[in-house]
Amino acid sequence: MSETVERPLVASTRPFAGGAARVWRQFKRNRAGLVGGVIILAFLLAGLLAPLLAPYDPYDTYLERTLEGPSRDSWLGRDELGRDILTRLIYGARLSLVIGVIAVAIGVVIGVPTGALSGYYGGAADLVVQRVIDIMLAFPGILLAIVLVAVLGVGLPQVMVAVGVVSIPTYTRLVRGQVLALRSQDFVEAARALGAGTARIITRHILPNTLAVVIVQSTLQIAAAILSAAALGFLGLGAQPPQAEWGAMLSSARQYLRLAPHTVVAPGLAIMITVLGFNLLGDAIRDALDPRMRL
Amino acid sequence: MWAYIAKRLLLTIPVLIGVSFVVFVMVRIIPGDPAQIIAGEAATREFVEELRRELGLDRPIVVQFGDFLARLLRGDLGRSIRSRIPVVEDLKVRIPNTVILAAAGMVVATSLGVLAGIVSAVRPYSLLDTAVMLLALAGLSMPVFWSGLMLILLFAVMLGWLPAVGTGSWAHLILPAVTLGLTSAAIIARMTRSSMLEVLRSDYIRTARAKGLAEATVVNRHALRNALIPVITVVGLQTGNLLSGAVLTESVFAWPGVGRLMVEGIQTRDYPIVQAAVLVVALTFVIVNLVVDVLYAVVDPRIRYE
Repeated sequence: MSETVERPLVASTRPFAGGAARVWRQFKRNRAGLVGGVIILAFLLAGLLAPLLAPYDPYDTYLERTLEGPSRDSWLGRDELGRDILTRLIYGARLSLVIGVIAVAIGVVIGVPTGALSGYYGGAADLVVQRVIDIMLAFPGILLAIVLVAVLGVGLPQVMVAVGVVSIPTYTRLVRGQVLALRSQDFVEAARALGAGTARIITRHILPNTLAVVIVQSTLQIAAAILSAAALGFLGLGAQPPQAEWGAMLSSARQYLRLAPHTVVAPGLAIMITVLGFNLLGDAIRDALDPRMRL
Repeated sequence: MWAYIAKRLLLTIPVLIGVSFVVFVMVRIIPGDPAQIIAGEAATREFVEELRRELGLDRPIVVQFGDFLARLLRGDLGRSIRSRIPVVEDLKVRIPNTVILAAAGMVVATSLGVLAGIVSAVRPYSLLDTAVMLLALAGLSMPVFWSGLMLILLFAVMLGWLPAVGTGSWAHLILPAVTLGLTSAAIIARMTRSSMLEVLRSDYIRTARAKGLAEATVVNRHALRNALIPVITVVGLQTGNLLSGAVLTESVFAWPGVGRLMVEGIQTRDYPIVQAAVLVVALTFVIVNLVVDVLYAVVDPRIRYE
C-alpha cells in the first residue's frame, strides 16, 4: 500500500522539475554559460590529461634558458629556473582541480547534513549550530583559512582542508534555509503521515530538493576555493616551491616583474579565466535549474 | 528601534566571545607541543619553558581562557616572541595604515562602481553597457594579488607614473587603493546597474520624463536617489571583502598594515602577533557589521520588523 501511494510523492520530490531535457534546453540558450562550460571543459581536460598535454616536465630546470620570453618551442616562455611556463600551468590546472574538488567535498559532506539537521530539528541544536556558523562568518573572506593554516601549518594539504572548512558555513546556511521552507510542505507532511521515519524524510524527500542549490553553490564554491588556495600560495602559506600551483608560481615570479613580465601575466590569467569559467557556469546552471533563482 | 538595536547588540556578544575563543584556541591546538613548535627546534629548554608560562600553557584551559579574556579587556595582547616588544606597540603603527588603505579602497570601489553602474544602466544593452559589464565580470574573477601586480607593471614599471611599493606619500596610496577597490567596484557596479534599471522603468520616472524634465535631471534627481538604497546595502557588505583583500594587497605593495603583520607572523611562527592581528581584523568586521545593520534599521524601518 505504502509503495503505491509513495511513488507519486517520490516523483514530486525530483530536484529538476521539468526534467533534464528542459534544464539542458535552458542552459544551451545561455551564451555566457556556454563560454563558461567551454572554459571549464578545457580546464578539466588540462587537469586530467596533464602528462599527455604538457610539452615538458614541470620540474625540469634549464638554467641556460631562465626567464626566456615566449617562443615557438615554449609558447608562454620560461620561468626563473628555465622551466616551461605552459607546462607548469597545465599541471597547475590539475592541482587546482584537486583543490577545488576536495574543498567542495569537505564543505558538502559537513555543511549539508549539518544544515539539514539544524533546519529540520530546530531548537537548541539549531541555535548552537547557528552560533558556531556566526562565529565562522565573523572572519572575513580568506582570514579563517589563514587562521587554520596558522594552526595546521603551511602546505598544500593543509590549504585544502582550510579552504574546505571555510566553505562549510555557506552550505549549512543554504541547506538550512531550504529545509526550513521544505519541512512544512505538503509532500513532507504526507510522507510523515504515511509513517516515514525522520531519516527517510530527510534523505528521500527533503535533501533531493536541495540538490539544485547545492549544485549551483558547489560550482561557485570551486571558483572560490581555487581563488583562496591561490591567494594562500601567493602569501607563501600554501603550496610550496617547486610545486606548480598557480598562486605559488605568481609568488616566486613577482620578483621578476620588471625583467620578465610574462612570468607574472600567465599564471594570473590562468586563475582569472578558470574562476570566470566557474562563475559563468554556476550562474547559467542556476538559471537553467530554476529560473526563479535568477538574480 | 531601541529594542532592535539592543537585540542586535546582545547577539553580537556571543560572537565576540566566540571569535576571542577561536583566536585563543589557535595556539593550543597546534599539533605536538605548541611551546616547542612556536619556540623553534633550536630553542633552549629554558626558553621553551618560559614561553609555556608566558602563554599560560601550563595551566588548566578554563583558567587560561578567563585570563586571556581579562588581559584582552585590559588591552594586553602579549609580547612578540621574536622581538619581545608588546604586540600592542606594533598594532598602534599598523592599524592606522590598514584603516587608510581600506578607506581609500572603499572610496575607489564606491565611486568607480556607482559611476560604471549608472553609465551601464542609462544605455542598457548598448556597446558601452556590454563593455562595462564584461569589465565588471573580469574584475570579479581577478585575484586581488594579481591585479595589484598588473597595476604595478603598467603604472610603475612601464609608465613610471607611480611608485610600485612602500608608503610615504599620497602617490603610494593610489595603486594599493585601486587594487583593493576593484573587486568591490565590480560588485557595486552590477548592483547599481540592476537597481537603476528597475527604477528607470517605474511610473514616477515616466511621469518625470512626461513633464519634460531634462534626462540628466531625471537620472540624477529622481532615479539615482532611489536606486542607491540597495547599493548602500552592498557597499556595507563589502567591508569584509575589503578587510580580507587588505591582507593580500598589503603583501603585494609591502604596505605596513595589520594584514602584512599577520602574514609575517605566520611565516615566523610568532603566534601572539598572529592572534592579535586576527583578533583586530575579525572584531573590526563584527563591529562594522553591527554598525551597518543598525544604520539600515535607521534608514529603512521595515527591517526592524523582520
